[in-house]
Amino acid sequence: MNQWEVVIGIETHAQLATVSKIFSGASTAFGAEPNTQACAVDLALPGVLPVLNRKAVDCAIRFGLSIGAEVATKSVFARKNYFYPDLPKGYQISQMDLPVVVGGSLTLQVGSGDKAYEKVVRLTRAHLEEDAGKSLHEDFHGKSGIDLNRAGTPLLEIVSEPDMRSSDEAVAYAKALHGLVRWIGICDGNMQEGSFRCDANVSVRPKGQLEFGTRREIKNLNSFRFLKEAIDYEVQWQINEIEEGRKIQQATVLFDPDTGETRTMRTKEDAHDYRYFPDPDLLPLLIGADWIERIKDELPELPAQKRERFTNVLGLSAYDAGTLTASQEIAAYFEAMVAVAGQGNAKPCANWVMVDLAARLNKAGREMAESPVSAQQLGGLILRIADNTISNNIAKKVFEALWNGEGATADEIIDKQGLKQITDSGAIEALVDEVLAANAANVAEFKAGKEKAFNALVGQVMKAAKGKANPQQVNDLLKKKLAG
Amino acid sequence: MSLTLEQVKRIAHLARIETSDAEALSTQGHLNGIFQLIEQMQAVDTSGIEPMAHAQDLGQRLRDDAVSEADRRAAYQSVAPETEAGLYLVPKVIE
Repeated sequence: MNQWEVVIGIETHAQLATVSKIFSGASTAFGAEPNTQACAVDLALPGVLPVLNRKAVDCAIRFGLSIGAEVATKSVFARKNYFYPDLPKGYQISQMDLPVVVGGSLTLQVGSGDKAYEKVVRLTRAHLEEDAGKSLHEDFHGKSGIDLNRAGTPLLEIVSEPDMRSSDEAVAYAKALHGLVRWIGICDGNMQEGSFRCDANVSVRPKGQLEFGTRREIKNLNSFRFLKEAIDYEVQWQINEIEEGRKIQQATVLFDPDTGETRTMRTKEDAHDYRYFPDPDLLPLLIGADWIERIKDELPELPAQKRERFTNVLGLSAYDAGTLTASQEIAAYFEAMVAVAGQGNAKPCANWVMVDLAARLNKAGREMAESPVSAQQLGGLILRIADNTISNNIAKKVFEALWNGEGATADEIIDKQGLKQITDSGAIEALVDEVLAANAANVAEFKAGKEKAFNALVGQVMKAAKGKANPQQVNDLLKKKLAG
Repeated sequence: MSLTLEQVKRIAHLARIETSDAEALSTQGHLNGIFQLIEQMQAVDTSGIEPMAHAQDLGQRLRDDAVSEADRRAAYQSVAPETEAGLYLVPKVIE
């Protein structure tokens, strides 16, 4: 395995968040009755003409600006010709020679913890095109059923350079891209509904070799897990083929999630010849500087910019900043929390969002947006930890109480349930004295050199205080008393 | 430039047009006649002239993102050869 290098490039189809289709006024809403959202243009009835949806172009410009790409002032729609029953016109309107977005790059965090590293993946291009309909092959007494609701849905096809060197990098890229398109609001990212799907071009070559090996393209991967499994299987398959003396044939393959294997769909010999040519029904798309300027003004702060601010201004680690900018929901939650708890508490805020809140949401099977504990409530809780009103342990109880709606604020719960930490040294001293008197055996053990006995005594004091004594104060006082 | 008979047959196949050998041969003649015409045009010196993507030198007209089409499935499907459960039925094609 070691002497092989894996080379991966990814093509992604992101369904654009428009209410109507790219070239017609039919609805793009998901889940409608078959063919109720397929109008004359989508059905390619004679005499119809496509008219381009401005919002789809807005989305493409947004994307281009967010990856630092060039937005083409002039791009051209082309016909990609092939025959399939769910493609009524006999061609797909796409872009070939002059795409709307050229170049750009995406910076990703790969791995976690000590092994985390940053990687820049270059993008080749992104172009606008229309989706095809859907073929249903079952249950129609030997025939196929065609649903054209999806035909004409706007897509942005985003093509990366072959810059990824492992399935982990491929998944990190797909996740970063998925996060970005949702962040800038051009795609809902719903992978189950097919709004975001990836094709992976995979090849292997001996380490150190400059030219690429022959690639095979794995089509239509609609989950990050499948993307990883498919690439891992494909890489191993290609290495085995080469090591057994066979040559890799350029091919398109499908991944079967049930078997975890890829299988050949078509090889290069019968590959499509799409006979692209400029679509005479559509004029060139002209994008002026003022249009680009307007979209630039509308763009939110991007994940990369936020990451930089989180590390530079808030002093978070690159890993924390990366996790907190995985989606706009997480970032917004975190920032709303910091607004309440103060920048000085950014680190505990980060920890609570990434660890405690994330775990609780996960347990309940909920998304960040559905959290019963608001950022303001959690920020208020952080303030009470920071000013020593409660310990971290008690904070977890307060958090659970907030989750269950036992109070509107952390303060209210701390008050109502009497959870305020005992910091009055006189009160703690009384507890310590009580415990020392009642646990002579532990005291003797400690004095005989058994360190563990000390922890037992701390535990006893905390128990007597119902967990509310300030642990540091308890430690200090016990040490003092035992030394004396 | 001219097309071979082989290329004519491939183009016909890609366009799903069935051609007999005789038809392919006569089509080859027609197409090569068109190529001669194109060759004449290509003889014109166009250096320094930016190619046009469309015969009209205009930009694409755009529409606002709004749903303007109502459901007319019943009307469209009334002229379809075969439908079931709202779907258009076609001979089975699996790629």
